[in-house]
Amino acid sequence: MKIKALSRSAASVQAPGSNVARLERNLNPEMHPFERAREYTRALNATKLERMFSSPFLADFQPGHVDGVYSFAKDPESLEHFASGSGDGVVKVWDLGTRQEIFQSQAHENIVKGMCWTRDRKLITCGTDRTIKLFDPYNTPSKSPPTATWLGQTAFTSVSHHRSLPSFAAAGANISIYDVSRASSTPVQSLAWPTTVETINAVAFNQTETSILASAATDRAVILYDLRTNSPLHRNVLTFASNAIAWNPMEAFNFAVANEDHNAYIFDMRNMKRALNVLKGHVAAVMSVEFSPTGEELITGSYDRSIRLWDRAKGHSRDIYHTKRMQRVFSVAWTPDNNYVLSGSDDGNIRLWRAKASSRQGVKSFAQRQKLEYDEALKERYKHMPEVRRIARHRHIPKQVKKAGEIKAEELKSIKRREENERRHTKKGEVRRKAEREKMVLAREQ
Amino acid sequence: MSSEVAANPPTTRRKSKSAHDAEAKVLAEHFAAAKKTYGRGAPVRTKSVKDKKLRANLRSLEDKYKEATLQAKNAEILLDHTPGLLEPEHELERTYRVRQDEIKNSVAIETAKKGFELKLTDMGPYTLDYTRNGRDLLLAGRKGHVAVMDWREGKLGCELQLGETVRDAKWLHNNQSFAVAQKKSVYIYARDGVEIHNLKKHIEPTFLEFLPYHFLLASLSTTGVLRYTDTSTGQMLTELPTRLGPPTALCQNRSNAILHVGHQNGTVTLWSPNTSTPLVKLLPHHGPVRSIAVDRSGRYMVSTGQDKRMSIWDIRTFKEVHTHHLRQPGSSVHISDTNLTAVGWGTSVSVFDSKLFTHNRSDIKVPAPYMQWGGEGQTISKLRFCGYEDVLGIGHSAGFSSILVPGAGEPNPDALESGTNPFETSKQRRETEIHSLLEKLQPDMISLDPNFIGNLDLTSDAQRRKERDLDYKEEDKVEKLKKRGRGRNSALRRHLRKSGQKNVIDEEKVRAREALRAMDKREVEKVKKLKSQYGPALERFARKGF
Repeated sequence: MKIKALSRSAASVQAPGSNVARLERNLNPEMHPFERAREYTRALNATKLERMFSSPFLADFQPGHVDGVYSFAKDPESLEHFASGSGDGVVKVWDLGTRQEIFQSQAHENIVKGMCWTRDRKLITCGTDRTIKLFDPYNTPSKSPPTATWLGQTAFTSVSHHRSLPSFAAAGANISIYDVSRASSTPVQSLAWPTTVETINAVAFNQTETSILASAATDRAVILYDLRTNSPLHRNVLTFASNAIAWNPMEAFNFAVANEDHNAYIFDMRNMKRALNVLKGHVAAVMSVEFSPTGEELITGSYDRSIRLWDRAKGHSRDIYHTKRMQRVFSVAWTPDNNYVLSGSDDGNIRLWRAKASSRQGVKSFAQRQKLEYDEALKERYKHMPEVRRIARHRHIPKQVKKAGEIKAEELKSIKRREENERRHTKKGEVRRKAEREKMVLAREQ
Repeated sequence: MSSEVAANPPTTRRKSKSAHDAEAKVLAEHFAAAKKTYGRGAPVRTKSVKDKKLRANLRSLEDKYKEATLQAKNAEILLDHTPGLLEPEHELERTYRVRQDEIKNSVAIETAKKGFELKLTDMGPYTLDYTRNGRDLLLAGRKGHVAVMDWREGKLGCELQLGETVRDAKWLHNNQSFAVAQKKSVYIYARDGVEIHNLKKHIEPTFLEFLPYHFLLASLSTTGVLRYTDTSTGQMLTELPTRLGPPTALCQNRSNAILHVGHQNGTVTLWSPNTSTPLVKLLPHHGPVRSIAVDRSGRYMVSTGQDKRMSIWDIRTFKEVHTHHLRQPGSSVHISDTNLTAVGWGTSVSVFDSKLFTHNRSDIKVPAPYMQWGGEGQTISKLRFCGYEDVLGIGHSAGFSSILVPGAGEPNPDALESGTNPFETSKQRRETEIHSLLEKLQPDMISLDPNFIGNLDLTSDAQRRKERDLDYKEEDKVEKLKKRGRGRNSALRRHLRKSGQKNVIDEEKVRAREALRAMDKREVEKVKKLKSQYGPALERFARKGF
C-alpha cells in the first residue's frame, strides 16, 4: 500500500533563523469564494476613500495681486515659472516650487490683457494702454523698465509667441505680427478677415503646426489664419462670442474655445462643420480654457466662480473646484508637470490646485503604488454600479451655482419644449433637429 | 533534377505545417485545461456586437481574461505540495482495510503525531470545530465541557465547565473568539475563556453556523427559528421562522453563504437572510434528516437521514445524483476540501472519495468506502475535516479522536486569503482581521448565485413593477364614472363633454359613449316601467333620474 500524508513543517514556510515567512499562493477560484462581491466591496471602499481624500485646494501665491488676475503665461522653457498679469497693470513672475514671487513690474497703466514668453525666456505683455512690452524677468531686478516697447493703434487684447521664430502675434482690432528682434513699432505682417473689422478677444499660435494661428473675435467668429500664405483659412461664426482659445498640445489639429454661452467647444481645424465635443456644465460664461500637457484633459475657468476639469472625450466635467472666497475666474493654467492646476480670479489671488483632487505627490512605497493601481482598476470595473457611481459623482457645489444650474436646466427645457411644439405644428421635415455638436455653428466661410 | 527540387519544398512545408498544427493543438488543450479550473464563464461573443468602440473594448477585455486564465494555470508550477494519497499496489489490496497504526507507521513522525485520542468519557458526546486554517480546535461536550486548544502544539487555550447543556460550538472569524450554543442562549467567549457576549435573542439554540465573509452568526433554535446576528456590529439581522418544526440539521454552503436546514419530515430547506421563505425546498429523505454537508465548490450536497440512507444531490440543478443505504442512520457527515466525504454511522466512520459525486444511480448499490474507522463502541456525534491537513476530527461519546486520512487536506493553502493561512502569525492575523472587516460583505449580497453582483438586470421595468405588486390593476376611468350616480347630469356625460376635441376618438371615449348610451337606454326603460306602474292617471309623474 502506498501511503503519503501531508506534512507541513514550520521550516518550509519560514526558514530557521529568518524572520520572513513565505506567502504561498493558490489561485484556485474555489479557495476564493465571493469573488465578485468582495471585489465590488473593495471598489466601493476605494471610491469612498477617493472622495474622503479629495482636497483639491493646495495653496495660494502670496502676496497676491491688488487687482484681479486676468492673464497667465507659463514659461515653456521651464517647469517652475509662470507669469500673472493683473487689472492694475502689474505683472508678476512666480516660482511654483517655493510659491515665491521672483519678479514684478508695473507693466501697463491699465489692465494686462495678454502675456506670453519668448523662446529666449523673456516676457511679452500687452495691455489696454495700447502698448506691448518686453521684460527680462530672469536677468533684471524687479521693477526694472522693459527692454523693449511697441506702441499700437488700438488696445491690445492678446499676444501669442511663435514656436520657433522670434515673432509674436498681437491682437487688437486686427492681428499684427511683430518681430521681437526689431524694435520698430510697425508690425511685420497684419492679418484680418477681408470683410470684417472687429475687436479680437484671443489669439493663439499652434505650437506644433507652427504657422497656424487661431483667433476669436467679439463678432462671435473663430478665425484660422496661415502665416505662410499670409491669409485667413477659415471663419466660423458661433452663436456667442468666444473668450479664449487653446490648442491641444498632443493633437495639433484640435483646439478648444471658451464660449460666452457657458460651454466650451473642442474643434477639429480640418472639419469645422461641427465640434468634436461640447463641454457643458458651467452656469456662466467660460472665461478661459487650457489643455493639460498630455492633451487628454482640459481645465476651464468661468464667470460662475468655479473651475471645471474635463476629460477630452467626455461631455461632463470630471471635477469642479471652488472656494468661498474665489471670485470670477479669468485665467486658468495647467502646470507643465501635469500634476497641478492654477487659477487666477477677480479677487486678486492665484490659487494652486491638485489636478486630481485625491492624489498625493509624495514618494510612495511599491505596495502603496500597487494598491492605488489596483483601486483604479477596481473603480473602473465597477463604475457602473449605482452606489459606486453615486459616491464618485457626488460633489458639493456652491448654492448659487446649484440654483443657477437648476434655473438654466428649466430654461433649456422650456426652449426645447417650444422647439418641439413648433416642430409638431409645421410640415413634417421642415424644421429638422440639429445635432448638439452642430448647433453653435451659425455660419462658415472659407 | 528539377522534379526533385520541385518535390522537396512541399514536403518540408507540410512538415512544418503539421508541426505548427500540433503545437496549436497542444496550446488549445492547455487553454482548455486552464479554462476548466480558472475560467470565469463563457466569453462574450464580440463578433455580434455592432458598436465599434464597445466591440474593441470587449475584445481587449476578453483578451485580458484569457491571459489571466493562462497565467493562473502557469502559476501552478509554483505550488509546493502534492496531496496525500492511499493507493493499493495490487488488486487484492483495499484502501479501507488500512488501519490507523499502519498509516502512522508509514508517514513522517511529525505527521503521525497528528493522529491522537482524547479520552473524555464523563461529559458526554462531543461536538467539535476547527478554525478555517485548521490550527485551533474547539471541543464542546454535551454536558457543558468546552475546551479550546492549538491541537498540533498541544497547547490548551482554555477549558470551561459551563454546567449546562451545550448543543453546538463554533469558531468565529479567527481563533480569538468562539460561540457556544448553550441551554438558553448563545454565548460568545474569548480564546482565554472569558465570556464576551450573551446573545439573549438567540433563544434555545440547537445549531450554530458562522459565515466568515459576511460576519454573520446564524443560530437555529429548537422551535425552528433561524436567527442571524452580525458579529462585527452586534446587531441582530433577521429572525426567520422555518415553520417546519424542530430542526434536525444545519450546514452552510461555503461558496454562496446559503444555509441548509434539515427538518423532521425529510426536507432540506435553503435559506438566505433576505427572504422570509426558503429559497429552495428539497426532499432527500423519508424520515428526519440527520446531517447535511456541502462541498467546497458548492456543487454537491450530501445528507443522511433517519431512514438510514445517504443521499447525494447536485445543488446546481437540484437533482439527486444517487442515494444509498447505510447500515445505521448517519449521525454526522462532512466533506473535505478535496471532496472526501466522511460519514459517521453508529459507532463507525466511513470516508468515501470524490467518485461518490459522479456515481450513476444504476452503477452500484453501495459504493466501497475509501477508509473505515471505529466500530469500538463510541457513538459518533460529530465529524469535521481539519482544513489543510490530512486529518479528520471525530467527536464521540468517549471523547475526541483525530485520525489521519491521507488525501483529505487541500495541499496548497493561500496565505493571502483571509483566515486560511495555517502558519499565520499574530501580526498577520490582526492585519487580516482588519482587511476582512473592511471587505465585509453585506447580507443582501447573499444569493444562490454568488456572482450576481455587477450583472445586468435583464428583467424589464414592466416586469419589475408587476413583481412589486401582484394585485396592481390599472384604474378604469370609465368604470369609475359609471358608478357615480348622483345628480341628473351624469358624470359620464360631463366627462364626455369636457374631455376635449370632439373629433379625436380613442378607446376610452368609445367606451364612455357606449356606457352613456347604455345608461340612457336604461333610464328610458325605467321611465317606461314607472309609467306602466303608475297607471294612466299618474304616468306624467314618472321622471328620469330617480
